[in-house]
Amino acid sequence: MAIVETKDLTKVFGKLIAVDHVSFAVEEGEIFGFLGPNGAGKTTTINMLTTLMNPTEGSAKVAGFDIVKDANKVRSLIGLVPQDLTVDEDLTGMENMMLQATLYHVPKDVAKKRIEEVLRLVELEDAANRKVETYSGGMRKRLELAEGLIHYPKILFLDEPTLGLDVQTRTVIWDYIKKLREERGMTIFMTTHYMEEADALCDRIAIIDYGKIRALGKPKELKDGIGGDVIELALFDNSKDVSEAIAKMPYVIDVKKKSEIYRIKVAKGEEALPNIIESILKMNLKVSNVSLIKPTLDQVYLEYTGRSLRETEGNREEVMRMMRNIRRARQ
Amino acid sequence: MISEIWALTIREVKTWIREPILVFMMVIQPVIWLGLFGQAFNLTGLVQIPLSNLPPEITQQIGVIFNQMIGSIFGGTLDYFTYMAAGMLSVVILFTSMFSGMSVVWDRRFGFLNKLLVAPIARGSIVMAKVTSSVIRGLFQAALVFSIAFAFGLQAGNAFNVLDLLGVFAGLFLLSIGLSSLFIALTIRVKSWEAHMAVVNLLNLPLMFASSALFPINMMPDWLQSIAKVNPISYASDLVRAFILHSSSVGLDISRIALNFEILIAFAVIFSFIGIVLAERGLRKG
Repeated sequence: MAIVETKDLTKVFGKLIAVDHVSFAVEEGEIFGFLGPNGAGKTTTINMLTTLMNPTEGSAKVAGFDIVKDANKVRSLIGLVPQDLTVDEDLTGMENMMLQATLYHVPKDVAKKRIEEVLRLVELEDAANRKVETYSGGMRKRLELAEGLIHYPKILFLDEPTLGLDVQTRTVIWDYIKKLREERGMTIFMTTHYMEEADALCDRIAIIDYGKIRALGKPKELKDGIGGDVIELALFDNSKDVSEAIAKMPYVIDVKKKSEIYRIKVAKGEEALPNIIESILKMNLKVSNVSLIKPTLDQVYLEYTGRSLRETEGNREEVMRMMRNIRRARQ
Repeated sequence: MISEIWALTIREVKTWIREPILVFMMVIQPVIWLGLFGQAFNLTGLVQIPLSNLPPEITQQIGVIFNQMIGSIFGGTLDYFTYMAAGMLSVVILFTSMFSGMSVVWDRRFGFLNKLLVAPIARGSIVMAKVTSSVIRGLFQAALVFSIAFAFGLQAGNAFNVLDLLGVFAGLFLLSIGLSSLFIALTIRVKSWEAHMAVVNLLNLPLMFASSALFPINMMPDWLQSIAKVNPISYASDLVRAFILHSSSVGLDISRIALNFEILIAFAVIFSFIGIVLAERGLRKG
């Protein structure tokens, strides 16, 4: 059953079409990722799905309710961990959690138990009575995550969950996200512009750029979709071109010789490689150099958007926000 | 709904009382005003004209007449410090109310507002919590300034009692609700606090000076009078002054007090209503 369903969802800011007739469905219990560069429309989509903004056009249903007409119903069923850190620094972790519980109408006695439970999940129980001011960036993010869980939401929206965090903290956050899905079957909708993150966590990914979905599918499907693995191979003796012989070998899809290197597209790299090397040896030739290149989401991304994620420039506001986040996270 | 408002109010108040320095900083300004401005003017000094060539009983006579005239203009006191201190309590409320709007902008900038907006709560309760906490802050600071003014020599009427004190704070309470709602309503769609500061500064001084807080209305030119007469701060100042100057010889002017209360109640109800309606319609991201 689709738990999030959008139809031609569109948001226009003045002349800028931030989200352009986007339609997709998220299945219950999956981790669905929105992957795209800064300014692609990821956060705007999340803002609409979490009722923070009304769409200019189109509609969406979250947990069965319309995001405009039944906004308050939607709000009570979802949790949002926003990009910006929104915990109140002047309060303690516990006070922040209690406030959150009241806002989501969790009765006090139930709230106490749940707070204990979710704080244990994010390993903050020892710091609960300290002011958030004294927390590190990673701790704040974890508290934020705990807040998003207090009312046991059906769907958790994570907007750039690991932006500005160090590598260890990032791995820890990934573990929590995986745990949530495994232990509670929670549906998770997340945005990210980290390839590794999408690859490591998401069951399905939508690649979004300039407000449009360019590709949607399982990470593996997307990777296979751009043409499987590539073997690059060089021989000691270059007097003879063996391209045609290689092309006839099993699994091989295509062979190109560029200067001294054969670039061989194959279906199953791991199985094709020994086979190819053996056949070449039988031709009395020696391999001097070989490498197996697995496709990455980076390449998928490049394929669909025409630019590498690392090259993209964010707009000024986005950069400012990121810097602010990082600054606050490091305090 | 009440529990939401209460929880959010507690949050605001907690952040406030954990910065005691801030509380005192907010009080310093009105106190400096009182000290510099209030003590510099001496109304009785105005009529001590050198009339030494007249017989002393005539000078005395003239003095009494002048004092009566000035006393009636200044609502029954000859002590400008007392006159101004009473008005200053309303100005303290004005200052604290300005900050309630600021805190909306602040919460928006730091994303806290978004957290509230995704929560399944009435948008109006976000505004009401801001108003409530602003009222608590305002009344506390007014009480502080009031006691400081007493220490500096505020001369209350000889019949001033606990009921009058309650009346003073009831008036300030209503003024605070109205002004906080007004400033929050103004900032519901404002995103930068620079823009908010510009709006606030534009309103701040006119609201303070075009009122009877610092000067009697009938000493003002006509155009200024017409502004002062629609300024709620005038009515709050007048009300506070009527209670503080409660003397056994004159008694309380009930009709004047009732009129002031009516206007302040209307002001508070109308503006908090506007604030809630605007919040329900306009309080969202971006």
